[in-house]
Amino acid sequence: MNEIFAGLQEAFRLIFTLDSDLIEITLRSLQVSVTALLIASALALPLGTWLAIRRFRYRRFAIVVLNALMGLPPVVVGLMVYLLFSRSGPFGVMGLLFTPTAMIVAQVIIITPLIASITHQAMRELWSEYHDLLISLNTTSLQRITALIRDGRRTLMTASLAGFGRGIGEVGAIMIVGGNIDHVTRVLTTAIALETGKGDFALALGLGFVLIALTLLINFAIHSLSRTERDGTW
Amino acid sequence: MIRTFFIFLLVMLLISKASADPQTLRLATTTSFNNSGLSDVLLPAIKSDIGIDVQLLVVGTGQALRLGQAGDVDAILVHSREAEDVFIADGFGTHRREIMYNDFVLVGPSSDPANIKGAQRASEALVSIALSQSAFISRGDDSGTHKKELALWAVAGLRPNNFGNWYKAVGASMGSSLNSASGLDAYIMADRASWLKFKNKGSLALLFSGDAVLFNQYSYIPVNPEKHSHINADAADLLEKWLLSKRAKTFIDSYKIDDEALFIFNGSL
Repeated sequence: MNEIFAGLQEAFRLIFTLDSDLIEITLRSLQVSVTALLIASALALPLGTWLAIRRFRYRRFAIVVLNALMGLPPVVVGLMVYLLFSRSGPFGVMGLLFTPTAMIVAQVIIITPLIASITHQAMRELWSEYHDLLISLNTTSLQRITALIRDGRRTLMTASLAGFGRGIGEVGAIMIVGGNIDHVTRVLTTAIALETGKGDFALALGLGFVLIALTLLINFAIHSLSRTERDGTW
Repeated sequence: MIRTFFIFLLVMLLISKASADPQTLRLATTTSFNNSGLSDVLLPAIKSDIGIDVQLLVVGTGQALRLGQAGDVDAILVHSREAEDVFIADGFGTHRREIMYNDFVLVGPSSDPANIKGAQRASEALVSIALSQSAFISRGDDSGTHKKELALWAVAGLRPNNFGNWYKAVGASMGSSLNSASGLDAYIMADRASWLKFKNKGSLALLFSGDAVLFNQYSYIPVNPEKHSHINADAADLLEKWLLSKRAKTFIDSYKIDDEALFIFNGSL
């Protein structure tokens, strides 16, 4: 129990002294996960919606695969990305290994199926409501996808936030492709792993509380900016 | 509102973009070098003396050698003689320079159920642990420490494959393994530096040290630029000269925790 209090104390100390290392790794965590989220959302939202409105032969199969990929083990993704970006791998010449870019790539792979899957679930229901209208208006596929994404934006926000949560809390993949290099690729989760390894549980837990607070803060910020759960809107 | 949100995100991305790095060198090294805190002393000195930003990849010796083979790092600093020799013989590294050493110690519950405190030799201590079947944590991750431990079992004439449940290979870094040992009140072999710096000792205590076989040599190996053209060989060369300098010797020899020197410089000046 004492260690948990020591952790809380450490978290407050880090925040109130504006610890420069803490600010640096927090910003890097945000940079990596937010970029990954934007890219993944740009891919996954249209993909999930498209899967909901389009009928094709292997649709069921594609959906099952997509759902299964939600459980993609981050460590395996990390290892694959490492092998691809390693100097002796196919994309080695780009020199991207152990950079934030490689970490972003890994996170995009991890969270895209999750966002796409939730999007698909939500859009399927919306599509059954909009189906007759959009068909009778003789809309193109693109118009249908845009209309659904626009009107389903609240659910899609949940999908994206779920992806963001998975990304920012993830450690297995970014540890492998980022290498946890101080001042270059160290983020909150890898720093927590490092401090735990040093047996410094108070500092590790302190960083953990900072991470939790950060996730809460971002969720609040997004909800208040997009005015959900207010009078008149839902 | 959605637009404000995206502008907010963009601004955040822009301010958090890392600035372009000056001359950098990637060095794969073992957890003991980093966990001991020695790297925190050496890296700033290297930066101010020769202007090289050393980026540390803290991994086990096995993985460090793999990173060197693939050309993902410019140099390695590890401690496993046989594996290093193979690495050089295969042409992945140009040469091997001994820099410093520390030693391994046997750590265990302070009650010492296997009674290794009075042992004369490391192998004798290990035999007592095996005979008493006291819990023992092995790194099990192909690191330098793990290889050393296996070699010591071999000297003692025992084979970990035949051991029962008391022998637990956790497959983790030095720190995580020490955490496991602390949680299970188990014996473990650790390098002295990691042990002294470790903050979650619990009821563990240093029980055995000082046998010559526990000597732990660290060496520096630049990755062969002929295998990988992008290797920053100039920086690796500069760093090697620095690591073998009087200044490095002073830093390494004077690095102490609780008045105990953690590493002893033995490079040829």
